[in-house]
Amino acid sequence: MTMLLATLYQIVQMLLVLALAPLLTGWVRLVKARLVGRRGPSPVQPYRDLLRLLRKEVVLARNASWLFRAVPYLMFTAIWLAAGLVPIFTTQLALAPTADLIALIALLGSARFFLALAGMDIGTSFGGIGSSREMMIAALAEPAMLMVVFSVSILVRTTSLAEIADFMMSGVVGLRISLALALIALIMVAIAENARIPIDNPATHLELTMVHEAMVLEYSGRHLALVEAASMLKMLLYMGLIACIFVPWGMATASAGVGQGIVAALWGMVAFALKLAVGGALLALFETSIAKMRVFRVGEFLGGALLLSLLGAIFLYVSRGV
Amino acid sequence: MAATGVAARRLPQVSGIVYGGTAGACTLAALWAALRLAGGGAADELVLPVGLPWIHAHLRADALSAVFLLVVNFGGITASLFGWGYARAHHDSHAGPVLPFYPLFLAGMNMVLVADDAFTFLVSWEFMSLASWLLVLSNHREAETQRAARLYLIMASFGTACLLLAFGLLATAHGDYSFAAIRAHAPSATAAALGVILVLLGAGSKAGIVPLHVWLPLAHPAAPSHVSALMSGVMTKVAVYAMIRVLFDLLGEPDWWWGGVMMAFGAVTAVMGVLYALMQEDVKRLLAYSTVENIGAIVIALGLALVFKASHTPVIAALALAAALLHVVNHSLFKSLLFFVAGAVLTATGTRDLNQLGGLIHRMPTTAFLALVGAAAISALPPLNGFVGEWLLFQAILNGPALPEWSLKIGIAVVGAAVALATALAAACFVRFYGTAFLGRPRSRVANAAVEIGMAMRLGMVVPAVLCVALGVLPTPLIRLFQPALRQMVEAGPFDDRAYQPWFWLAPTSAIGNSYNGLIMLVVIGLLSSVLVLVIHRRASDRVRWSIPWGCGFDGPDPAAVTQYTASSFSQPIRRAFGSTVFHARDRVDMPEPGETRPARLSVTWTDPAWTMIFVPIVRAVNWLAERANVLQFMTIRRYLTLMFLALVVLLVMVAVTQR
Repeated sequence: MTMLLATLYQIVQMLLVLALAPLLTGWVRLVKARLVGRRGPSPVQPYRDLLRLLRKEVVLARNASWLFRAVPYLMFTAIWLAAGLVPIFTTQLALAPTADLIALIALLGSARFFLALAGMDIGTSFGGIGSSREMMIAALAEPAMLMVVFSVSILVRTTSLAEIADFMMSGVVGLRISLALALIALIMVAIAENARIPIDNPATHLELTMVHEAMVLEYSGRHLALVEAASMLKMLLYMGLIACIFVPWGMATASAGVGQGIVAALWGMVAFALKLAVGGALLALFETSIAKMRVFRVGEFLGGALLLSLLGAIFLYVSRGV
Repeated sequence: MAATGVAARRLPQVSGIVYGGTAGACTLAALWAALRLAGGGAADELVLPVGLPWIHAHLRADALSAVFLLVVNFGGITASLFGWGYARAHHDSHAGPVLPFYPLFLAGMNMVLVADDAFTFLVSWEFMSLASWLLVLSNHREAETQRAARLYLIMASFGTACLLLAFGLLATAHGDYSFAAIRAHAPSATAAALGVILVLLGAGSKAGIVPLHVWLPLAHPAAPSHVSALMSGVMTKVAVYAMIRVLFDLLGEPDWWWGGVMMAFGAVTAVMGVLYALMQEDVKRLLAYSTVENIGAIVIALGLALVFKASHTPVIAALALAAALLHVVNHSLFKSLLFFVAGAVLTATGTRDLNQLGGLIHRMPTTAFLALVGAAAISALPPLNGFVGEWLLFQAILNGPALPEWSLKIGIAVVGAAVALATALAAACFVRFYGTAFLGRPRSRVANAAVEIGMAMRLGMVVPAVLCVALGVLPTPLIRLFQPALRQMVEAGPFDDRAYQPWFWLAPTSAIGNSYNGLIMLVVIGLLSSVLVLVIHRRASDRVRWSIPWGCGFDGPDPAAVTQYTASSFSQPIRRAFGSTVFHARDRVDMPEPGETRPARLSVTWTDPAWTMIFVPIVRAVNWLAERANVLQFMTIRRYLTLMFLALVVLLVMVAVTQR
């Protein structure tokens, strides 16, 4: 019965992330527009954009290879699976033991690897610019991310996301400076990984400042729809990840009865929607209050994230006296 | 086999016999090793009455030897398969002989693994080095090869000398050079400490630990591609075997700082290796530097295992050692595969320069697909095998806080960050490799005219590629196969403290509660993406229009006249972020004045810190000493006699002091 329920939750989660991701993007765009004094598009505009792209024909370069056509599907699936592995409304997910936090990061790494390859497939210069910068940012972000995992695992003694959420909700942790440092570091990494301001500008079409957008410049039609949807999913995933590690409250855990469990799961969904709304608004606020930085300042930004998370780990050692 | 190889200079068809015979012998040896391991890995001993008259040659194959025998001989099988096709494609009558030395090289590596006394070990070690040196020299007409071979010979002699001193030090107390005797007598603390350093220098120079790696990126690429694969994928593993044998087995109870030193050098090696690799434009040299990076990861894992063994947490030590052994197997697979790919590209285009390649995915589809598998595996992408090794290594690193020493606790966090950095940079490095060689548009006429290579070579690549996937989704049976070796080295297995262990899950030690399942991941990704393709093509749209991409106005039949990224432009951001401090890398733009018609030029300069900081001063010191010692050549007979007399007195005094 628990297995069956876990499978049900897993399927619901896979569909839920798919349904919510464009809404989150629409919400962030709306709040940003309001903050700078525009009316902004409706929050459901991203759904319309995706549907329109899906219906359009694909324009392919003559020398595009099979890899170029396969990558949108592969990377979308990898990110979709990763988003399905982060506990967002319940910790009882069927696929939870398949991958821990490290495998999750690596899964996102695979998606990026293939997208960067696709950027180089046509042989135009923008794809190359995008791929090369994206890989540099990833090389800087990954150690910082791993350090965050390291500090969390000193405290929790696991990197399984469901167990982390359970542990954090049990209340034995309390407020800790090291966790705050890890949170800041994780947010910085999330900003870099999702190509948000100040690392990259998701709305830019000025060639020299583009990173992510330059890499996917040659995509069109259904392929572009998948790539766009994947980046929306990725933003949702990172918000879910931050929520799962640092504010897991409201999430359903293992419970005795089936009916009770389902009610808790529904409450978990409501709580997650609230967290997303707050997170999206904060992101919009942050993005409107800061300017984009030069590409070669990214090293300092992410190096800062690495140092913060390392400091967090050292604080933990000192404060726990282990 | 070698004798047939000598005859092969006259008869080309003999190469089939040599490679076929070698492959057959390797298959037998690999099967034997696998059966031994599956049967629990009991040791087999053999004493041969050869060698010096009073010491016989002791041979012994235990579980650890069996693991490495498996790696070496499996590499031998695929390399022979590939080499057979490669030798036919590259028939060059001026090249030095490869065939006689190829089986000798493999035999030498096998001998090192089964040697059970210091004498046999060193003789086999030197045999392996010299055979590979002759293989490097086979293209002796190129000036660069000669330089590579000279450097290799110097570094190999240095390594052997260090190992010789190490064994001498460990056996002085009792004078018995068999491994059994060394194992039985624990050395004094000073002897052990010196022994560790000497072994790290000796085996480390063969494995390519920074800063002793300088010969490796010159010598490995100079050999024919299947030999490069063996040298990079397999011979470095023999050096790893030497480290494990001495540090875990012969020296007895370890001290924690041994592991600390290894982790520090491993971290530097991993990061520096991949940074070097990112700066290379020669395909094979890039792969050789990437070997340096992977050796760094293995050395980190070995260091972790030593540290945990010293602090009496054997299960975690077993986990770290399992990570090291798994990475040994994985690296031997994907590095052989990638060197075969480089050989295939070389066969098809005649060049190893990344900036001359491009668009090969259209002209060599099979090779391109197999290269993608290799590149993804070495970049540690799930669900392939490279990731499993990386995952186990991180699990061991996450157990670092359990250690008692403060310096190690914080040090391990830094090492973890270094491993993450090296992994991410490796992914960038192989996006660059694959993107410039196989994707995009051809950058030269030879790349435009490339055709797919022969069947034997493709078969040699398919086998490791299939294993890269298979070991990625089902790593647990292989790790179970390692168990006898792990028990022998650290007295525990990685699965010892978890009760429920199904064979298709990877869930080691419960100290950090985690699990990973590549199989489910692969199945789910495959299922979801096929559903996605079906749904989108049915429901949305499946129309395609082909057109010419916008290349900023450049679009001609001339391959040079396109604006696509090159290998050097791809690594520019990373060169600027990391290289400017580490390598003093500088980009210089030579911009012509307005009105001039010559093109603008961008030049990149960088220096190798290993050379400028370590080897150049050493060379200078050696020269200085030689100048001073030169005086000794021009003395009168009286002075020579005085010197000889003084030497005699000193020796007699020494004897008198030590014999008392």
